[in-house]
Amino acid sequence: MRQQIVISGVGGQGVLFVTRILAEAAIIKGISVFTSETHGMAQRGGTVLSHLKVGNFSSPLIRPGNANGLLALKADSFARHGYFLKPGAWTAVNSRKDVIVGPEFSAYTIDADNLAQHIHNPKSVNLILLGFALAAISGTLENSLFCTLEDIKMVLQHRLAKKKQMLNDAVKAVETGFNGFRK
Amino acid sequence: MLGNEAIAQGLMESGCVMATSYPGTPASEILAAFAALQKKGSEKRHIQWAVNEKIAFEIAYTGSMAGLRSAVSMKQVGLNVASDPLMSAAYLGVKGGFVVISADDPGPHSSQTEQDSRLMAMMAKIPVLDPDSPRQAKEMIATAFELSEAFEIPVMLRPTTRVCHARQDVHPGEALSHKREVDFQKDPARWAATPKFRLHLHRELEKKLNAVSRYNKTAPIRLNAEATASKALIVSGVAAAHAKEILKDLKLWDVIPMYQVLQPFPLHKDFVSHMIKTYSEILVVEETTGVIEMQLADRHRIKGKLTRFVPEVGELLPETIQQIIGEFAGIGIEHIDVPSEPGIRPTLCAGCPHRAAFFAVKKAAPKGIYPSDIGCYTLGLNLGAVDTVLCMGAAVSQAAGFYHAYKHEKKQPDIVATIGDSTFFHAGVPALIDAVVQNVRFVLVILDNRTTAMTGNQPTPAMGMGACGESLNSVNIEGVVEGCGVKFCRVGDPYQLKEFTALLKEAVKYSRENGPAVVISRHPCLIDRFRKEKPGWQPLKVEVADTCDGCAFCIDHFECPALILDETEEHVSIDPILCNGCGVCISVCPKKSIKEIKP
Repeated sequence: MRQQIVISGVGGQGVLFVTRILAEAAIIKGISVFTSETHGMAQRGGTVLSHLKVGNFSSPLIRPGNANGLLALKADSFARHGYFLKPGAWTAVNSRKDVIVGPEFSAYTIDADNLAQHIHNPKSVNLILLGFALAAISGTLENSLFCTLEDIKMVLQHRLAKKKQMLNDAVKAVETGFNGFRK
Repeated sequence: MLGNEAIAQGLMESGCVMATSYPGTPASEILAAFAALQKKGSEKRHIQWAVNEKIAFEIAYTGSMAGLRSAVSMKQVGLNVASDPLMSAAYLGVKGGFVVISADDPGPHSSQTEQDSRLMAMMAKIPVLDPDSPRQAKEMIATAFELSEAFEIPVMLRPTTRVCHARQDVHPGEALSHKREVDFQKDPARWAATPKFRLHLHRELEKKLNAVSRYNKTAPIRLNAEATASKALIVSGVAAAHAKEILKDLKLWDVIPMYQVLQPFPLHKDFVSHMIKTYSEILVVEETTGVIEMQLADRHRIKGKLTRFVPEVGELLPETIQQIIGEFAGIGIEHIDVPSEPGIRPTLCAGCPHRAAFFAVKKAAPKGIYPSDIGCYTLGLNLGAVDTVLCMGAAVSQAAGFYHAYKHEKKQPDIVATIGDSTFFHAGVPALIDAVVQNVRFVLVILDNRTTAMTGNQPTPAMGMGACGESLNSVNIEGVVEGCGVKFCRVGDPYQLKEFTALLKEAVKYSRENGPAVVISRHPCLIDRFRKEKPGWQPLKVEVADTCDGCAFCIDHFECPALILDETEEHVSIDPILCNGCGVCISVCPKKSIKEIKP
């Protein structure tokens, strides 16, 4: 199992939290993992980009043209960081409208901002998009994600064991995203 | 585990019992992580944030003189501050293992320079280890202590941002309980050596270095025994981590022999002769300066930084290394265009007390010169209230420099310098004493937000709190300022903008006629996670009235992220999520359109 995933968004969206959750899912499954983030001035509204490498890697960074997938928390994240993807890669985008990508990529969009408002948890966009990606990028796809909805729930239960309300909200957000995917 | 946490874990597993630091990106989390580990166990250790890197170094080094395993951590520019004890400690040597962790920042992502700490190790004549990952950084801490004790020499660990701030699965081991007793053996000929003995110690140091360059445990590693080409690759640090992957992806793993250097200085002598004897061409990929490269004799075979084959400036990203290796191996690499990131201008947080202080500075001395310093408040340059930033503490001495430069002119500009509380303690105090002695006519505004905000809210000497949260003595800033001999020292709250501006005007007037004046701008940082006391102010609800004509004065001169200008509507509004209710903008609006909503 070797997978390279780029996660892109802006400060405050929880890019780093999603990265940690995915990294812990890898550790639970006994796979080596590397993450690296660039967040120079994120606290002040800047772009946050994190690199997640699952499997046997030595470098903490993903080279352009090498990523299997892009989790895009903003609609313009693909335009900004799509260059990391390799042909055949997927991208899951939080966007109101469909995102135009080249024929070499498969794109899946979900209006996570709207769904987050709907479940009264405006800060859960990150987990909704993650749940959505778990549903969309599964099964038949060559680059399907290394983990499942159940793995992610297990990580959340482990991390938020002492914070019942936060755990319930987080699980609800992931499930909302997961159920938001229609084939 | 974060790279810095892995380093802390390594310190614990190696039985390090004295650790000191001054915060600085990307090294800040090392001591914090060590303090967190300390809280979990029962081992007795000394862990502290020091006033500056020089002091941190001297405390930890002395622990090692007394026989204990000790470590000091800092960022690369911090090592400049600690360079004086570093050079001397190399001569005197150590007893207990002593590791100097100096984190470099190629890029630079958050530093004034891209300097290579390995050059400082070279100048001091001490060995330096260069980890490629969090995992290796942890292992190298153990190696560094062994090496240090084997040769009685300080050893440097030089991680870079990509090691410090990467996360990797790292297996924690058991804490090594320290078996050694503290036992300072008096030996004035060594510990207080006069110049004559220093010559002797220098000779001894050279002998040690010679032996270190033959030390087996830190010798370069041949990574791919199968490869037999006559061209070879030497890599080190995180560039090695990138290169390993690239060589495999380019299907060159079985072709080009690759060697990883663990100890860039002193480079192993047998390795140098082996490389020169065996290969016709050698590419060296390392960050940031060509330290390994310059130790390889027979230079015409070497390609690297010094030959401009590898860029001398900036971070070596894996895509850059791929291009370089491709060119070296004679294979074409498809270039992928990377769109340039649209620059979002960083700004102080909404409600940051520094913003109010800067606004007042510009009001009080509109044509002044504004020297400033290192910290969050460097961002005051967006507000036009910061003219110079040189290095820690320089705001005060640069104010003096400007005063002396202009003092023989007919008209002298007002000079208002700004410095943070932690930076003032770090290097501002000696400069203030100098300014008092020279009667420098300037105002020093000490931006006292009761924390070291920029690097993650480490305590300052004024807080009375230690690295593990223990309570300590505190030193008050007013007392220090008055003790330096400053006759005008007043405290104000920048949230009270009118009163604070009046206070600054008074200080400016005083400084023109009398000499140095100090205003302490006191208001706690809003994002200080460790603050226990309640804020001493009530947040206000603020709205923008219809009389706002969109003149954008508040946007241009106050630049609070919570103020949003709608250019088509010619109206400013307030983002309720970002606004923290400081209410300072009420006094900023020239049209009096920003108002408090009375409950």
